[in-house]
Amino acid sequence: MPSATDIVELRVNGDLHRVGVPGHFTLLETLRYVLGLTGSKQGCDKGDCGACTVLMDGAPTLSCITPVHEAQGRDVVTVEGLATPEGPHPLQDEFDLHGAAQCGFCTPGILCSAAALLDRTPEPTREEVRDALAGNLCRCTGYTKIYDAVEAAAARLRNAGDPSKAQSDHGLREAPVSDGNGGGGARGDHEVR
Amino acid sequence: MTMKSAKRKSDQNLIGFSQRKIEGLDKSTGRAVYTDDIQLPGMLHGKILRSPHPHARIVSMDTSEARALDGVHGVITGQDMPTAYGIIPWTPDEYPLAVERVRYIGDGVAAVAAVDEDTALRALALIRVEYEELPAFLDPFAALAADGSTPYVHDAKKEGRNGNVTKTVHLEFGEVDGLMDQADVVVEGEYFFEGTTHTPIEPHCAIGLWEPDGTGPGPAARNGKLTVWSATQVPHYLHRELARVLEVDPARVRVIQPLVGGAFGGKSEPFDLEFCVGLLAMRTGRPVKILYTREEVFYAHRGRHPFHMEYRTGCDTDGKLLSVDARIVLDGGAYASFGLVTTYYSGQLLCAPYAMPAYRFDSTRVYTNKPACGPKRGHGSVQPRFAFEVQLDKLAERVGVDPVEIRRRNFIGGNTRTVNELRITSNGFLECLDAVERASGWKERFRRLPFGRGLGVAGSTYISGTNYPIYPNEMPQSAVQMQVDRSGRVAVFSGASEIGQGCDTLVAQIAAEEMGVPMDHVRVYRGDTDFTPVDLGAYSSRVTFMLGNAALDAARKLRALVQQAVADEWAVKPGEVLLAGGWALWAPDTARQMPVREAFHLAEAKFGTLGATGWYNTPKDVHGEYRGGTIGASPAYSFTAHVAEVEVGVDTGFVDVKKIWIAHDCGRALNPVLVEGQMEGSAYMGCAEAIMEEHVFKDADHGRAGLHNAPSLLDYRIPTSLDTPELESFIVESLDPEGPYGAKEAGEGPLHPSIPAIANAIYDAVGVRMDRLPFSPPAVWRALRAARRAGTLSKPGAPTRPPAAGVSGD
Repeated sequence: MPSATDIVELRVNGDLHRVGVPGHFTLLETLRYVLGLTGSKQGCDKGDCGACTVLMDGAPTLSCITPVHEAQGRDVVTVEGLATPEGPHPLQDEFDLHGAAQCGFCTPGILCSAAALLDRTPEPTREEVRDALAGNLCRCTGYTKIYDAVEAAAARLRNAGDPSKAQSDHGLREAPVSDGNGGGGARGDHEVR
Repeated sequence: MTMKSAKRKSDQNLIGFSQRKIEGLDKSTGRAVYTDDIQLPGMLHGKILRSPHPHARIVSMDTSEARALDGVHGVITGQDMPTAYGIIPWTPDEYPLAVERVRYIGDGVAAVAAVDEDTALRALALIRVEYEELPAFLDPFAALAADGSTPYVHDAKKEGRNGNVTKTVHLEFGEVDGLMDQADVVVEGEYFFEGTTHTPIEPHCAIGLWEPDGTGPGPAARNGKLTVWSATQVPHYLHRELARVLEVDPARVRVIQPLVGGAFGGKSEPFDLEFCVGLLAMRTGRPVKILYTREEVFYAHRGRHPFHMEYRTGCDTDGKLLSVDARIVLDGGAYASFGLVTTYYSGQLLCAPYAMPAYRFDSTRVYTNKPACGPKRGHGSVQPRFAFEVQLDKLAERVGVDPVEIRRRNFIGGNTRTVNELRITSNGFLECLDAVERASGWKERFRRLPFGRGLGVAGSTYISGTNYPIYPNEMPQSAVQMQVDRSGRVAVFSGASEIGQGCDTLVAQIAAEEMGVPMDHVRVYRGDTDFTPVDLGAYSSRVTFMLGNAALDAARKLRALVQQAVADEWAVKPGEVLLAGGWALWAPDTARQMPVREAFHLAEAKFGTLGATGWYNTPKDVHGEYRGGTIGASPAYSFTAHVAEVEVGVDTGFVDVKKIWIAHDCGRALNPVLVEGQMEGSAYMGCAEAIMEEHVFKDADHGRAGLHNAPSLLDYRIPTSLDTPELESFIVESLDPEGPYGAKEAGEGPLHPSIPAIANAIYDAVGVRMDRLPFSPPAVWRALRAARRAGTLSKPGAPTRPPAAGVSGD
């Protein structure tokens, strides 16, 4: 028994799509399984984890509990829409630089929440970052690296007009951490960083 | 990340520096492909029907209506796959779908493949199953006391035995009773560790594809090629079990592991969906995908066992440990899973970082009619570590020694053996203690914070891989294949399981370091049993140590060829040829150089096409010669110390963990940003178990007995950003003599001390001992009320040296 199919008009990452979907489909199912935009993830099926977060008219939205009809006529941006042809969004780059994505499954949703935050609050405090991400569960990182990445991206976006300050403050390839002399546990001179 | 010391010079250019993950930008831009992101042409969707009863016989099953539904292509039941499997070869006790009996609410009984999920769900509703309900064992002690008057969870293997007992381990080292009698102070304690589960954000998912051979002589049913994509941590073991259960030659089975969206031990054995997609694909001739709902992830479970623990710990007046005696009951759930190992680990991994002259443990794992428990990050040793480190805190107080100091005094040292004969090599535990003591302001603040606020310390150790594989064999535990091409690129074929920890980046980093090419000139081809050598999987914190050594082995074989060819060209010694930063250089005068690509050309001309395999196998003399002595043995051990700071809501029972200082001896941090990520993620997960997580089941008074209490991410609470404390990492490098560049594990060890450190901090805050997990507001509130009524609710005094003796029951 086939489901009733509706035609929905969606603007996703700037493109207008006309798609036929079962009437009960969510925005997430439509993005993932009809449009092939698999960046947004399904973690819990019911709006608990935030992995499906997308931006709808700029607001973080749980696409797994959003009926696709509700997205009709709205402007939807997914993680795939954050980057430009010139390269990744500073948030995306800083997440990589700071090790903020371990398994990466929560990352697309967190990036959308963070992008919305930086849009309205260019210089967020750590408390504001924590608050903005409270609807996105991450099971890998303990959130610390994510805060670091969001704050670094915010700084980069603020300094975008000033090339002298547009450098990331990540610590990659910063310094050797060991003299490589070898040796065992009884040496008692282990480096602490 | 906090740099705590002056920068040191390094022999390496890339190792020891934080690097981007090779798939990092894929993950942050949405390009990364996980199993559910794959859609194959003509793919069907599968669903599994699950038991509503905790314990029942399947009397009959009628699938005819489901089969007749338009859009249904296949229906299978337990009768279609009657071969028992299990991750441990000695305890196969489960079937992909229940064959005759269901053993927990959620046990699979039938599976359907249909054109879409809606149709598959409608078909499930049409399957008629008649059950004969059996009394269920939900309490481990009731299961232990069973007399056979009602059916055990599993039939006893021998007449007269209790079939509910999975495994009993009794091991004793040294004069436990004699030394306990001599001890000046003995503390006895009873502890309970509640079950918890992994909750990776990615639910389990698998896709099966069957490509049959052409017709010919012989039975065609099993002649073809089976490919299974799965979110698994153990593609090699899955490969073996798929072949065995589905009766397909292993040479016809291919397992592909896309990127895995978190695992933590929850995807480290085969699950029903992997067999079901395989068989449904074979039966229907179409690709079949099954994606677990979040609810099903909770039923699949294999999470932390609930442990009931009793400890007696004796020390002398200086706080030096003399004797440790433990009795543990493990609530295993419906199937064995890794339970045989868990039962050993519950005792075997306690014997460092402290020297203990005598130690005994008596551990029993029982089956109950609940989802099966298994390995969760820190497998089997997180629970006893909680109990033991709280015991140590109590001892410190009794003998009037500072809790950091008592840990220092009992330090086992490096290059030694534990009381259970495990070989310890590098050991940076003292540096870990120093780091967290200093950073937390321990000396100024312990016992001196205002009432309601406290600090606690704890230490731990963990393995860098199990010394022996899950099935006995002499073959390498990890291997890679490496090749160099004429473009100057290095390709690495790696069978290791990337679950977010960074093992694909590890091999790229090692290849780049040794071959002198930039990181982005290394390609890692991964996660496919058709073309990668065997790595046993992402479990037991084995990957950095074993895969790292395997990659180093392959790279150094190739490097030697390149050095030789260049040396011949320059008429110098091969050892004087350096490969670094895209160049081959002559060490005595680095102005003499050539692009590394040209060096590769010279080597290829001289030696033929350049490729090498590299592998690692463990040393076999690192454990005691007694039954079970190999379990817990590892080529190297990591060490950790935490200090936690808490604020206890005296009127609410709410424990607010303010901060955790984490110091971890990982041997050498090959990629420091990833090491810190593991440390922070571990501490977060431990903190979560301490204050909020409970994998619990309803009893008959609160609904259907045996039903999961809260199989959702709303009701099974895991910490949000607002619940997670500030985390600060301190990497300690002890340079292990056998680790790759000195490295050891970092993925699981740093979880252990969080929980006892928080328990000990609660005591420092309000003088109340929390010996049962979790320290949730109702439990803490009740403990506070009891203390208030007893008049003991107050800041404990500073440790002083009383003339103590005798047994304390606190």
